[in-house]
Amino acid sequence: MTIEELRKIAETEREAEKKYQHHVCVCTAAGCLSSGGDHVLDAIRKEVAESGMKNEVLVKGVGCMGLCSAGPLVSVESEGKMFANVTPEEAADVVSSLDTGAGGPQDCPTNVPFFARQKKIVLENSGKIDPERIEDYIAHDGYLALVQTIAERSPQDVIQEIIRSGLRGRGGAGYPTGLKWSTVAKTGEQEKFVICNADEGDPGAFMDRAVLESDPHRVLEGMAIAAYAVGAQKGYLYVRAEYPLAVKNLKTAIRQADRLGLLGNSICGSRFSFHVDIRLGAGAFVCGEETALIASIEGKRGTPRPRPPYPAESGLWDSPTLINNVETFANIAPILRNGAAWFAGIGTEKSKGTKVFALAGRVTNTGLIEVPMGITLREVVNEIGGGIPDGKKCKAVQTGGPSGGCIPEKQMDLPVDYESLKSIGSMMGSGGMIVMDETSCMVDVAKYFMEFCMSESCGKCIPCRAGTQQMHGILARITAGEGSPADLVLLEELCDLVRNTSLCGLGQGAPTPVITTMQYFRDEYDSHVAGAGCPAGVCAGARREAEEVAK
Amino acid sequence: MLTYLGSPQLPSDDKRWKIVEATARRHGRESHALIETLHTVQECFGYLDDSALKFVAMTLRVPLSRVYGAATFYHYFTLKPKGKHTCVVCTGTACYIKGAPALLGAIEKTYGVKPGETTPDNQLSVLTARCLGSCGLAPAVVMDGAVLGKVGAEQMLARIEKGIHHDH
Repeated sequence: MTIEELRKIAETEREAEKKYQHHVCVCTAAGCLSSGGDHVLDAIRKEVAESGMKNEVLVKGVGCMGLCSAGPLVSVESEGKMFANVTPEEAADVVSSLDTGAGGPQDCPTNVPFFARQKKIVLENSGKIDPERIEDYIAHDGYLALVQTIAERSPQDVIQEIIRSGLRGRGGAGYPTGLKWSTVAKTGEQEKFVICNADEGDPGAFMDRAVLESDPHRVLEGMAIAAYAVGAQKGYLYVRAEYPLAVKNLKTAIRQADRLGLLGNSICGSRFSFHVDIRLGAGAFVCGEETALIASIEGKRGTPRPRPPYPAESGLWDSPTLINNVETFANIAPILRNGAAWFAGIGTEKSKGTKVFALAGRVTNTGLIEVPMGITLREVVNEIGGGIPDGKKCKAVQTGGPSGGCIPEKQMDLPVDYESLKSIGSMMGSGGMIVMDETSCMVDVAKYFMEFCMSESCGKCIPCRAGTQQMHGILARITAGEGSPADLVLLEELCDLVRNTSLCGLGQGAPTPVITTMQYFRDEYDSHVAGAGCPAGVCAGARREAEEVAK
Repeated sequence: MLTYLGSPQLPSDDKRWKIVEATARRHGRESHALIETLHTVQECFGYLDDSALKFVAMTLRVPLSRVYGAATFYHYFTLKPKGKHTCVVCTGTACYIKGAPALLGAIEKTYGVKPGETTPDNQLSVLTARCLGSCGLAPAVVMDGAVLGKVGAEQMLARIEKGIHHDH
């Protein structure tokens, strides 16, 4: 494959699309699929065929458009229109609205802050291209970065570009991507691996799934460029088995890229070869930790091991291994296409680019969003999220999943970047963002996350295995109305111990929800242990206790 | 120590074992194919029983203890057969704060089964999911593969009843 050949595929695809007067895109990613997006797609296809408009209307199934709560979504690109909550019965309305320009199902305005305030890099193709067709990806500048890189750039040059872009790991910890790449590149070993961590285990997070389902080739392209830069020949995509559609689309994508010579042996006629294989996760949260993930690919129980040595030096089968997250890989092609300076111009001083969040919980617009780093949490919740429904007040925003913290409403003017979120005790995390209103009890939320960590603890190190059990026991006691002020002291001690002595990120992060809720919502804990009940009215046990005290 | 040269005998002449065999073969019977092979078994048979674990151990030439270790470590694998119908309640954060505990409570009250259990008549298995990723539809329930979004307890119970009685 040469650049000319690639451009020709893109040109042919664009010409073919231009022949159609109308482009109707139906979201068939998991969010809309669960509300019947596939049936809507079939119905619209049938309607178009029956009304004899097959040569005028292009109907395609696309990836996530973001506003999952209003799904299934249908967008008519040619007219800049979007319809929400579409049912198969409304297919005729969609089709008839094409020519008349009027009517159609429930309108979903696209000039509202939910869409207007976003900045899309990772999700630029999501909701626009058919994820099952490599030609559609190529028509949107896909694989251009890979082909150009192999033809024109040295591996060192690529790494320098990534370093200059300021890209940091999107898995949550924010380690500089370029630095990681150069560590792997510097090792003299013959055999190296590239792994894409798509074991998105945080409850309430579905960013990676959306990217894999909506634009799988972008991730493959990022992985191939990374392999070229660090000198790896083999790549693994470690995906959750719970994401069947993502796995299916990835398998299709790998096959297509292989066929066009964009993956496989001597890519683009060069001496660079790169093979990608999929490995299915099996529902262990701890496998998101890199050394546990490596153990799992090796066919073992997914337990972490102490670092160093870091996987960059000794990883999969003791070979140097580069592990990046899905979203990190998805950023690579745009950076190389548009240049490091372009990317570094977006975001804040230390956090460049954008971040994808799965916005959910007690907020009007739930779904997938991509925002520039540095936007405030308040802007995200009130403008993009459309505020809290039912006239309730926002109480807290939880970022970073079970290892992250609860950020109180009064801190919401904080910009979203790695350092700011860390400074108030939370973390960027992989991108789950759960909004909570007054109906949520923060002690109950802390218990929820602790229960998660307790059952997901792999059991290898004692602080995590026993500590999460004990902390959960105390929290359960408090929410049952049987806690005492001494429990809070003990809880704080345990948090400190588990955080500082656990082997991996799971244990080290497990106390964070407790620490942040105790820091910002201490009054709720006090109320539970003083027999004054649960202020939010969630913990039935605490309420009963309070009633007895009142008597 | 199990030392087998060549491929071990299939546990029965059930054709599904050949699919399992094929997965092992595709990975060159290397021990790192363990999880992939267990996935295939579960896909074919719905769960992992003793004969399956033993067969996988012999095929990949790994100790049975390691196969058992992996099968019990990963939540996705189940050693027990499921009931005729399955109802999965999502307990992800978004679903949790929007009422998943109440949904589980309603199921327990009506059918007397907790998450991970199956009704004595083998009709319904109740499971929980860490997160379905359908947070926009919270709280979400999957009944026999169909997702019910923004669901209330009564609506969910009606759907479960419908699913069970559909067969009769």
